[in-house]
This record gives sequence, structure tokens and C-alpha cells, in this order.
Amino acid sequence: MAAPHADQPSAAAGSARPASGAPLLELTGFSKSFGPFTALDAVSLTLRAGEIHALLGENGAGKSTLIKTMTGVVQRDAGVMRLEGVPVMPRSAGEATAAGLATVYQEVNLAPNLTVAQNLFLGRQPTFLGIVREREMRRRARAVLADFDLDIDVSAPLESYSVAIRHIVAIARAVDQSARVLILDEPTASLDAHEVEVLFAVMRKLAARGIGIIFVTHFLDQVYAICDRITVLRNGRLAGTGTIAEMPRMTLVRTMLGRELAEATAERHERADLSAAPELVRLEGFGKAGYVAPFDLTLRRGAVVGLAGLLGSGRTETARLVFGAERADSGSATLDGRPVALTGPREALTLGFGYCPEERKTEGIVADLTVRENIVLALQARRGVLKPLSRAEQDEIAKRFIRLLDIRPPDPERPIGLLSGGNQQKALLARWLATQPRLLILDEPTRGIDVGAHAEIIALIRTLCAEGMALLVVSSELEEIVTYADEVIVLRDRAHVASLTGAAITVPAILAAIAEDGEATANAA
Amino acid sequence: MTVKLPRIGTAQILALAAILAINGFVSPQFFDIRLQDGRLFGSLIDVLNRGAPVAILSLGMVLVIAMRGIDLSVGAVMAICGAIAASLADDHSLVVTLAAALGAGLACGLWNGFLVAVLGIQPIVATLILMVAGRGIAQLITEGRIVTFTDPGLAFLGGGSVLGVPTPVVIALAMLALTLIVVRGTALGLMIEATGGNPRASALAGIGTRLITLAVYMWSGLCAAIAGVVAAADILGADANNAGLWLELDAILAVVIGGTSLFGGRFSVVLAVVGALIIQAMNTGILLSGFPPEMNLVVKAVVVLVVLLAQSPRLASLGLIFSRRRS
Amino acid sequence: MTPASSSVSRLVPVAATTVVFLLGFLICALTFPNFASLRVVMNLLTDNAFLGIVAVGMTFVIISGGIDLSVGSVIGFSTIFLALAIERWGIPPFAAFALLLVICALFGAAMGAAIEFFALPPFIVTLAGMFLARGTAFLLSTDSIPITADLYGHLSDHAIRLSGGARLTVPAMAMLAVVAAGMVLLHLTRFGANVYALGGSRQSAGLMGISVGRTTVLIYTLSSVLAGLSGIVFSLYTSSGYSLSGVGVELDAIAAVVIGGTLLSGGYGFVFGTFVGVLIQGLIQTYINFDGTLSSWWAKIATGLLLFGFIGFQQFTLHMARRPRRRATTGSAAANAAGAAS
Ligand SMILES: Nc1ncnc2c1ncn2[C@@H]1O[C@H](COP(=O)(O)OP(=O)(O)OP(=O)(O)O)[C@@H](O)[C@H]1O
Ligand SMILES: [Mg+2]
Repeated sequence: MAAPHADQPSAAAGSARPASGAPLLELTGFSKSFGPFTALDAVSLTLRAGEIHALLGENGAGKSTLIKTMTGVVQRDAGVMRLEGVPVMPRSAGEATAAGLATVYQEVNLAPNLTVAQNLFLGRQPTFLGIVREREMRRRARAVLADFDLDIDVSAPLESYSVAIRHIVAIARAVDQSARVLILDEPTASLDAHEVEVLFAVMRKLAARGIGIIFVTHFLDQVYAICDRITVLRNGRLAGTGTIAEMPRMTLVRTMLGRELAEATAERHERADLSAAPELVRLEGFGKAGYVAPFDLTLRRGAVVGLAGLLGSGRTETARLVFGAERADSGSATLDGRPVALTGPREALTLGFGYCPEERKTEGIVADLTVRENIVLALQARRGVLKPLSRAEQDEIAKRFIRLLDIRPPDPERPIGLLSGGNQQKALLARWLATQPRLLILDEPTRGIDVGAHAEIIALIRTLCAEGMALLVVSSELEEIVTYADEVIVLRDRAHVASLTGAAITVPAILAAIAEDGEATANAA
Repeated sequence: MTVKLPRIGTAQILALAAILAINGFVSPQFFDIRLQDGRLFGSLIDVLNRGAPVAILSLGMVLVIAMRGIDLSVGAVMAICGAIAASLADDHSLVVTLAAALGAGLACGLWNGFLVAVLGIQPIVATLILMVAGRGIAQLITEGRIVTFTDPGLAFLGGGSVLGVPTPVVIALAMLALTLIVVRGTALGLMIEATGGNPRASALAGIGTRLITLAVYMWSGLCAAIAGVVAAADILGADANNAGLWLELDAILAVVIGGTSLFGGRFSVVLAVVGALIIQAMNTGILLSGFPPEMNLVVKAVVVLVVLLAQSPRLASLGLIFSRRRS
Repeated sequence: MTPASSSVSRLVPVAATTVVFLLGFLICALTFPNFASLRVVMNLLTDNAFLGIVAVGMTFVIISGGIDLSVGSVIGFSTIFLALAIERWGIPPFAAFALLLVICALFGAAMGAAIEFFALPPFIVTLAGMFLARGTAFLLSTDSIPITADLYGHLSDHAIRLSGGARLTVPAMAMLAVVAAGMVLLHLTRFGANVYALGGSRQSAGLMGISVGRTTVLIYTLSSVLAGLSGIVFSLYTSSGYSLSGVGVELDAIAAVVIGGTLLSGGYGFVFGTFVGVLIQGLIQTYINFDGTLSSWWAKIATGLLLFGFIGFQQFTLHMARRPRRRATTGSAAANAAGAAS
């Protein structure tokens, strides 16, 4: 959770605005089934003008499906939607926008190959005699992004920017469409604290203008920081709705989960005595020109090393170098004291390394294949082509991990692309756990994961660690890192700039190391 | 992202049955099979026999396409290998002849695989190079003439029969079995489907995607070589200009009719062969029906569209809505 | 620093292709004494006019993530249709042109609709289209029919004369006009941006409110109309109609587009690159013609080798160009993140 909100009194944000008034958007009886599976069952929701409305629920609860059935991207089986009392039924995203519902879908819905300006104005570019007025469009694009505190070159292709910036562009595009309802599906999942603040400021401004906003997030602190009311879905059903005052945190969590949350998350675990833990991997002067500056890194059995830093500071890059997904051009590596070459994923796999990448869709899942096939993939790759796992073995492995990680729905034969984001993440974890790795590298393992699963994954990290596995975890959530890391390495501008161990691992200390200037703290590699 | 549930080949089997039924309708003797000189004869046998080369090609093509690739060169490779076999047959033993022809096919596949997997050239252009140059190479081997041969060993591969079944059919069946064993008896099938579905994710999961790409193009080259030898053996000669001409399109069509997506991922070897039979049954049907041969392509286009529409996910979901309405 | 480096980097493939063409031309000029003349260049344009016109349409299709295999057959259909319409049915040439383009537009729209509304792969739909167009051409006539209408004589005489006996012919002018119009349409209009968006991600384009169906139908309509236009040019060029004309042109067009730096997977590419790609293919043919000693099979092998040479060199250039680029983009990403956070 982003630090700045942690100590904010709840509801401070909401009370300033006119939260009452006539309903702006009313949904009743929304239902949707995919084959035999019911994703939505008679869900209703009321959004008032000028209100920021949190839509919450576990992974797979049906939040994204509700949004898509509202905007007509997915056809609903039943349900009526009224905008200011008038029934509307858009049949495509385009019609929804025309009707006044601007949406940022969970999968950032932009064209990475187009420029930032084109993305902002696609379909409504300013034209003169049919020719797009490029300069005018750029000017407007810069103006739109200025509201978001973002000063970037709008004529560069979107794909040259980080995920966070792409997200902001998507949000800016939706906001700029002068809609009456703005729908944001997990917009904050990849934003850092500052970017979240900027987004919230914009949301408040829009709400003050009378726009209704539906906001999906898994960060509960953000809910209390900005929302007025909450609607909770559970297993496709309406589980509860009310103002934030009516739903304090514990009530909310109980409503989402349908049970109490084992509060394992909060307490800190016994930090391992690093010097006592046996060394597994030692990297010296490891780096790649133009990618990450050379660094030293020691990974020990039964210890977690956390990588912290801003987006683009070189955390993911470090993880990829260690796994060999990107080849280092300097430095040496030893495993159990013996020199090894980290030349690629195949070698890493035989050495007993595992890696869950940050970009789940493009680098993780194979959408068409079943959950079972996705889970056994790495294990099969290690055994080689000639030693296929029998179907019975595959079933056994898949079932075991589906149970262990509580992957829902627990159907190993479902194409993984049809699972919700959080459950895809769990299946990817299962893929590597099935290989019984000695070193597991996790890049943002809890991104887009609900509170329940969040706690489970953190518990899992600890269990693995206790069983003697070495872990390297990249995470933007500092408060989470401090609960499990035995060492935190802070990165800035693609270099390792500080290392914190033992009692020094605190959120303020990490923040200080991130913020500090060049000549800073310890261990500059 | 398109997510498709695995389908069973009902659409393809129905299409094949329908076309065969129509054939039986336009030509009443279509289903007659007689045994003559220890070999089966009849239109149905003819469909199998004539369909064998495309069926063999589709065995290689289906794997290439499942890897998100495409192999436009198979027709030209057929011509090359047919030319090699025909020119060597009369002076060398059958083993040498076959080894040379199949070796050439593997080399062609290696070349394609090298361009795609190592140089990173887009498959359609990479294989276009050999498609253009290959026919020239075949003509070079035959020096622009039609080379004929008399070697009975090689001739047997085209015109002989085993237990009454024409050799090309036996070869196609053997290759089908071999492909199935190689692909489904090992983990190769899973790895191909994973790589075709998401190459980056598969490489990160430790799959040797490059090696598999090479192997798959080589397999396609081998299949093309076998098809080329069978085609040459059938006519007792090699015609570098026309051997395998445009058959790459038939092979691709067979694979797609067999339900494998051109975007890679899930594939079915058996249904690709069914696809090849659909195409051949259609060709034979048009021939038997006595339509002017100019009609061939038009009928083919219509049949292809109908078969594809029958498989269309969109149409299936429409059907689902209707059946739900009714119930 | 980002902007320059990243918007320039997408020009790299086109630049590489252009460099390759110029180098190739230089080599030809050094090999054959009278190669480097305006006349050779003008002939290059005239001889490849029909290919250039279809390749522009193919560029739109490929950038949108599709492919159109039917264009060669559409050319064949067009030439035989024109020959019959003008010679046998007595339709005035311009009326025949108009009628042909309407038929082609309907044909393309139908293919686009089949791709969109039944979610069928473009490769197969247009393959069926290829069979259909060629089959219809066969049904019209299997003979080669000369076209003797006055207009044809006028149009093939009409040319802008340049120095050294070089002539800018009507087909060449038509191609240049199509290339120019294609550049405007693709790079400067909303429709063009939608084409790129479709190639970037069909799903996203739909979620961004683009009418994916309409755009798809328009793209294939455009491609077929240009194929029809190419058929007109081809019939002017040969003064006849034949149902077998244009066999394999779809592959030449695809090759030209890809050599021009457009990715077959869609989303990236320029009309200008395609134009250079066409010229490269023309250059290969011209080289072989100039050489004159190559037997027909060596000519084919040489075409393949040259194709490989061009693509290989382009791949190499891209590889070299990407190295510093990575440094630039990664560096800037860090800067962006830092900038956004400060
Ligand atoms: N096209 C589809 N076909 C079949 N099942 C689907 C499809 N789309 C979604 N589902 C299922 O519907 C359920 C709800 O998914 P949805 O994406 O709405 O969850 P969510 O609440 O947004 O979860 P998350 O927080 O992980 O994003 C999931 O179980 C998912 O597997
Ligand atoms: Mg969701």
C-alpha cells in the first residue's frame, strides 16, 4: 500500500462533495453467464451525480464483467441500465462513450504503436477537410496531460513509455471524453504513490463537476481516501452496499470475503540471521550496459531479498538479469560456490531458478492453454521433450496446486485466459512451484490481487522461505516488503544504491533511500 | 486476445461426409470399390490416393502453423525432391535415391528454420525466398526438361499397393502415425502449442523455442520431400514446372479447415488430414459431376467458405442463443 | 531525448530499405554501363505500376493485421472483364472501368464483412476470394482477348516525355498518384489512424470506441478497388485481357510490403516503404533482364538469392539500429518515471 495514505483519516475526502442527489446511473438485475458458469447474478448498483463509488470484490467476483456488460463490450443476459432515468443499452464501447459512459478497462485499452496524442484522440481527432490537424492535436494532448502533471513528448509512440504512463494516458483519454459517468477498472494497480495522488486530484475535480465515478481497486486505503460509497460483489452476487461510514474496514473485508481475514499480513516475521543463512547464489559485478549498472547480490537459502525503487528504477531489469532472461555483459555468478553462466531461461531452469514476470498477459500465461497445461509448462520444459508427464501426473500436479493456492474456479481444464487476473497470477506461481525451485524470483507477485489472496501469497512467500527456498521479490508495496524481506535493496536510475538489513528495514528508511541523492547511503556496488 | 475452447472435429467430419454424399449423388458409382490385380480401385480409393500428397504436406504444415509460422515453400520443395529422386532413380539404388531426396527436403527445412528462428525473418517472407528460388533449383536439376525414370522400386511408391491399398495412402497413414507419435507421444505437442500461443511466455518458461522452430520447419521440409517423391513416383517422372504447384495453398487450407488457427496455438494433426481429404473429395466430386473444369475454383471457394462458416465461433454462439431461446 | 530517438526508430526499417535500394541501384549502374539513366528509372516505374498499385492496398491490409491473397486473381478477373465488356458487350471503356471498380468494391466489402462478422481468419477468407475471382475469370473466358478500343491506343501513347527518351507513362502516373493518395489516407486521416490502431490491437481498438467492423470492411474494399485499378493498368499495359494474368501477384505485393519494412503482424509500416519495396523487386527483375544470359531457372534462383540478400541486409541493419536504440529507450523510461514521480 502506498505510504502517503496509510495514516489518512478515512472519509476525509468524501464529505466535501454533494454526495446525495438523484441517481445518475442505475443498474438493476444485471446477470451474465459464460456457459454453465454464472459470472453475474442479478446485480444492481446506484451511482449518484458527483459521487465516487468503489466497486469492490475478490478476484473473479465479477467486477470487470459488470463493467463490460454495462458498456456493451460483453452482452448481458438480463438487466436494465438507466442514465438519468432513461434506459440506455450500448452495444459496443463506442456506443457507450457516445451515451456518456467513459471507461478505462482493466487491460489497458490503447494502441501501443500509435503516438500518445493519437491515443488520446483516436476517433475524435481534430480535422480540417478530413486531414488530421496534427499540431492542434498535440497541443490539446499536452493540455490534457498537464492536468495529470505529466509532461511527456506526445508525438512519441505510446509503447516507448512505462506501463504507468500508459495507464495515465488511458485515464486521461477517458476523462477527456466529457462523459457523465467515468468508469475506472483498477487504474491504480501499476501507479506509484505520487501518480495515485495526481489521479485522485483529477477524480475529485471531476466529481465536483457532477460526474459520477465508478472506481475498482484492491487497495482498501484508497477506498477510504477517496470514495463516498461502496458496492461489494462476491461470487457474482451483490454482497453489500453502503457509504464508507457504514462500512468500516473490518466489515468491508468480511463482506468481500464472506469470512474473517486471518490478519497474518500485519505482523512482521522473525528476520533470518543473514550471515547464518547458507549462501545459494552470489553475483559479483553483474550488470549490462544501458540496462542495469553492475551490482553485487547474494541470495541465501531461507531468506527473502526485496527490490524496492520507483517504476523504471531497474528492479524488473535486475530480476531479469538474475534469471538470464536478459543476458548480463559483465560480472560473474556462482551457485553453491561453483561458477555458473546465466545464459538464458533454459539454463536458469536447470539450475533450479524460477521467475514470475511482471507482465502476466504477455510474458506469463499462454491464454489458449488450460490451467493444467500452464501449470506443468516449466516442469515439462525442464524434463525435456522426450520425458512427457503423463496425463495422470499432470492432473495430479494441477489439482494439488489449485487446492494449495485456492485457484478459482477449481477447474484444471479451463483455458487460463478465462480466469480473472488474480487467479492467473496464482496459476503462474504454481507453474514455478511445480518445478521445486531453489531460487524463486517474483516480480510484483501481488499486483491486481485481492485482499484475501494477497494475504495468502504473503503467507506463501514466508512458508517457502521457511522451507529453505531463496527468494528475490520485486514489489512496489513497501509495507508489504518490510513484512517479509530479510534484506531490501533500493534502486534508483538503474543502479543499486542502498541495501537495508535487519532492523533498518522500515518504510521510512526505504523511502529515504529512494529519495536520497546520488552520494547517498551504503553499498553503491 | 481470442480464447477458444477446444472443439472436437464434428464440423470437419460432417463436411467430409456431406461432400462424399454429394459425390455419391452426382456419380452413383462413387462408393463402388473393386479389387483388381490385388489392388483396390474406385472413386473413394482415388480420393485417398490423390489426396495423399496434400495430406502428407499438411502433416508438416500443421506444426509450422501451430508455431505461428507458415511454409510457402513446400510446393517448390516437392519439385526439388521429386526432381532429385527422378534423376537418381535409374542409376542408383532406391536407398540412395530416397536418402538424397529426403535429405534435400530436410536441408530445405533447415534453411527455412534458420531464416525464421535464427535470423528472425517473418515466416511468410522467409519461406517465400525458397518458394521462388526452389522452383528454379528444381529446373536446374532437371535442366528444364521432364525427367522420366523406370526404376520399379521408386515407381512402387507411387503406383504400387500394399495389401490392396495404394502405396501413397499407406505412406500417408504411416506418416500420420509417426507424426502423432512424435507430437503427442512426447511433450513436443504441448511445447508447440505453448510457443505458438505465446512465444515470449514459453521462452521464459524454459522452452527451447528456437530449437523447436528449427525442428518444425525441418519436419515440414521432410514431409514436402516425401510428398514430392510420391508425386514423382506416381507419374514416373519429374516436372519441375508443375510438380507441387500451388499445393502449399492447399496444404494451408487443409490445416485451417482442420481447425488450427493461423495465429498459432492449438492444433490437430488428424483434422488437418481430414481437411486434406475434404479438399480432394471436393476436387474429385467436381471432376465426376461433369461440370466444366472452369467451375472448379468457384465451387472450391464456395465449399471452403461453407466449411469455415460451419466452424465460425460467431456462428456457433448465434446458434447457442437460438437454442437457448427455444428451450 | 525520447521523442527524437523513438519516433526516428520507427523510420529505421524504411530508411534501411531505401539505402538497400540505392545501393542496389549503384551496383547495377556499375555493372551495366547504360543502367544509370532516367529511362531505366521510368521503365522501372511503368513496368511495376500494377504491382505498386496493389501493394499500396496491401499495405493498408497488412498494417491492420490482415492479409489479402485475392488481389492477383482480382487483376486477372479485371483484365478479362474489361476485355469482354469493351470488345464484346460494347460498353464504353470509362463505363467499363467504373462498373469494374464497383464490382471490386462489393467483392472487397464482402470479404471484409466475412472476416469481421464471422470472425474468420483473413488468410482463408481472401484465399477463398482468390479462388472465386480466378474461377469467375475462367467462367468469363479462358482465351486471351486483345483490346482494340481507341482509348487504349491513346492512353498508351500518352506520356510525359522527359530527357533522354524517358517517358512518364499513364500507368506510372497512376501508380505515383495512388502512392501519394495512399500516403495521405494512411498517415494523415482518422481512417489511417484507425488502421494502425486495428493492427496494434484489435481488441483495444474496439474498447477505444473504434468501429472495428466498419474499418475492416473499408480496408478490404480499398484493397480490392486498388486491385481492380491495377487490373485496369495491367490491361492498358498489355492491351489485352486474360484470365490467367496476375497469377502470384499477391505474393509479390506481400513481399514488397514486407521488404518495405512493414511488419506482417500489423501495426507498423509506411506506404513509402512499400513503394521502395516495389522498386527493389523491379530492380531485381531489371538486373536479370539486363544480364540477359541467365536461363529461366537461374533467373528464378537469382531472384530468390537477391530477395534473401535484401531481406538479410535489412535484418542486419535493423539489428544494428536497435542496439543504440535500446539504450535510448531504457534510459528515457527511467527519466520518464523519475519525471512523473517528482
Ligand atoms: N469470456 C469469459 N468466458 C468465461 N468465463 C469468464 C469470461 N470472462 C470472465 N469470466 C469469468 O468470470 C468471473 C469474473 O471475472 P471478472 O474478470 O469479472 O473478475 P474481477 O472481479 O474483475 O476479478 P479481478 O479482480 O481479478 O480483476 C471469473 O471467474 C472469470 O473466470
Ligand atoms: Mg477485473
